[in-house]
Amino acid sequence: MHLVLFIIFAGFCLAGAINLLLQTHPINSALSLIVVMSSLAVLYLLLGAEFLAIAQIIVYAGAVMVLFTFVVMLLNVGVEEKTHGSKIAKAIGFPAAVVILGVIATVVLEAQKSLGQVSLSDGITTTQNLSRVLFRDMLLPFELTSVLILIAILGAVALARKEGHS
Amino acid sequence: MWNDVPSSWYLVLSALLFTLGVFGFLIKRNLITVFMSIELMLNAVNLSFVTFAHEWHAVKGQIFVFFVMVVAAAEAAVGLAIIIAIFRARNTLNVDQIDLMKL
Amino acid sequence: MFLLFSILKVVVVTVVLLTAVAYTVLLERKLVGRIQNRWGPSRVGPFGLLQPLVDGLKLFLKEDMIPTNVYKPLYLLAPLIALGCALLSIAVVPFGEPITWHGVKFFEIADLNIGLLILLGVTSISVYGIALAGWSSNNKYSLLGALRSSAQMISYELALGLSLVGVVLRTGSFSLADIVKAQSVHGIASWNVFGGGQIIAFFIYLTAAYAETNRAPFDLPEAETELTGGYHTEYSSMKFAMFFMAEYANMITVGCVATLLFLGGWTSPFGDLIPPPQNIFLHALIPILWFVAKVFFFLFLYIWVRGTLPRFRYDQLMGYGWKYLVPVAMLNIVGTSLVLAFP
Repeated sequence: MHLVLFIIFAGFCLAGAINLLLQTHPINSALSLIVVMSSLAVLYLLLGAEFLAIAQIIVYAGAVMVLFTFVVMLLNVGVEEKTHGSKIAKAIGFPAAVVILGVIATVVLEAQKSLGQVSLSDGITTTQNLSRVLFRDMLLPFELTSVLILIAILGAVALARKEGHS
Repeated sequence: MWNDVPSSWYLVLSALLFTLGVFGFLIKRNLITVFMSIELMLNAVNLSFVTFAHEWHAVKGQIFVFFVMVVAAAEAAVGLAIIIAIFRARNTLNVDQIDLMKL
Repeated sequence: MFLLFSILKVVVVTVVLLTAVAYTVLLERKLVGRIQNRWGPSRVGPFGLLQPLVDGLKLFLKEDMIPTNVYKPLYLLAPLIALGCALLSIAVVPFGEPITWHGVKFFEIADLNIGLLILLGVTSISVYGIALAGWSSNNKYSLLGALRSSAQMISYELALGLSLVGVVLRTGSFSLADIVKAQSVHGIASWNVFGGGQIIAFFIYLTAAYAETNRAPFDLPEAETELTGGYHTEYSSMKFAMFFMAEYANMITVGCVATLLFLGGWTSPFGDLIPPPQNIFLHALIPILWFVAKVFFFLFLYIWVRGTLPRFRYDQLMGYGWKYLVPVAMLNIVGTSLVLAFP
């Protein structure tokens, strides 16, 4: 059951990611990314992280991607033009990415036995456990991220203003 | 057998998603799509974090995912505001036409 | 066996929900008619009770036009997202007392640890139905209406979520069944709106929910006089019916969540004063009747507010959500936490 669910949702992740690359209109890429994020939420649920799964849906798929979709709809640039691109980036970047993928995959698959299994009967990390660690051991990083979000809001509002506002 | 998936498969999926994000960053010519590839890379890393949190029964892994999500949301907000400002100045979102500071 | 009973539960609940949606439309038309000193539909069947059937038939048989330059995949997907998310949230709502009979848990399709957050997540996803409908219609009024409506929905989602945190703090769990059970102690005095001290949160939730469902005084994005119908201008027949049903199903979901969190769900206001009946059938039925009565009260409130109040202007609406509701909701959280920390 876990195997079937993993294969289905990992398939959705990969299909969405490949679709993001192949589509020309940015709205289609945005929708593919939403599919990837929702499938990742299901994978988090399979790994026992229930609060993170629903936070992924609420924050990422339901707020950040809505922001992306709004910007695509408002700016309305249309289908991507085929300009020359950067030959160096493609010549070095693609092989480098493939090499990194190869190295990571080899290391991980070599260590497959020692890394253990994920199964449906493993314990779920409840919200209580998560919040105990978040608000006791990691209180300072939590407060700092709140300040970070505040700065981001101020920055976004300041940047998106039209010129001529006094 | 039907109920167990090796953790390494999750990690390979995470590496694959990251690589696809890098490819998107290199190929795509629309600024918003490049930004979406960055979000894809962040999500791939989140999957790695959650897998290892499950592996070692460390809740701190999941807390770190929380922080990555928060930082990514903040970055998306500011980044999209910058993109809107660029569009107002240059009237195009094609990466090849915005790559010089001089108009 | 478990699978078979689950599918059966899902089918029964969906059918009941869709019938409730149809009759909510009738309820609204009659009530708004009475508020405006006229009858409302009263010709078809006794008291107009067969009107929803006739309406359904009309919408089904209308010509299904697809304008030429719409972006077809998203045009067809948007009503599905809207209706799907509206119907999905009923899966975590407990209707009646949890009774396990022959190994089957009754009166709830799924009891999840994070049930309340699932409702918030589904609300977040349903924004896409509206945004994509406006975008794919290739019509500037639709796009503008859709963007306004989506911005309104995501702004009020914040106030909605924050107002629910007080209830979660008191109960200590996100599971809806646990929240209702925590209110079943002393009858009406232990309902969250009275004994639990969440009365401010209750009003914030109601206001935010009215704005979330694009109804009542916050329906600028879909008012006919404003933007020629907003995001569903270009839709006809069954696709329009899906948007319509999604709106009323969202109303019912909001009513269900408000009763579960603030009004005690399926518990009766008399609590332990009236002993539960011995007959298993009555014992199961009476909590459901209480639940339905409370949801009906919320629908009545929705329709009453719609018929009475004038519309907000868009900037007033957004200012109200961000500058007033969010700070008051946060003060409610602080107040509840202080009361819980220093009893």
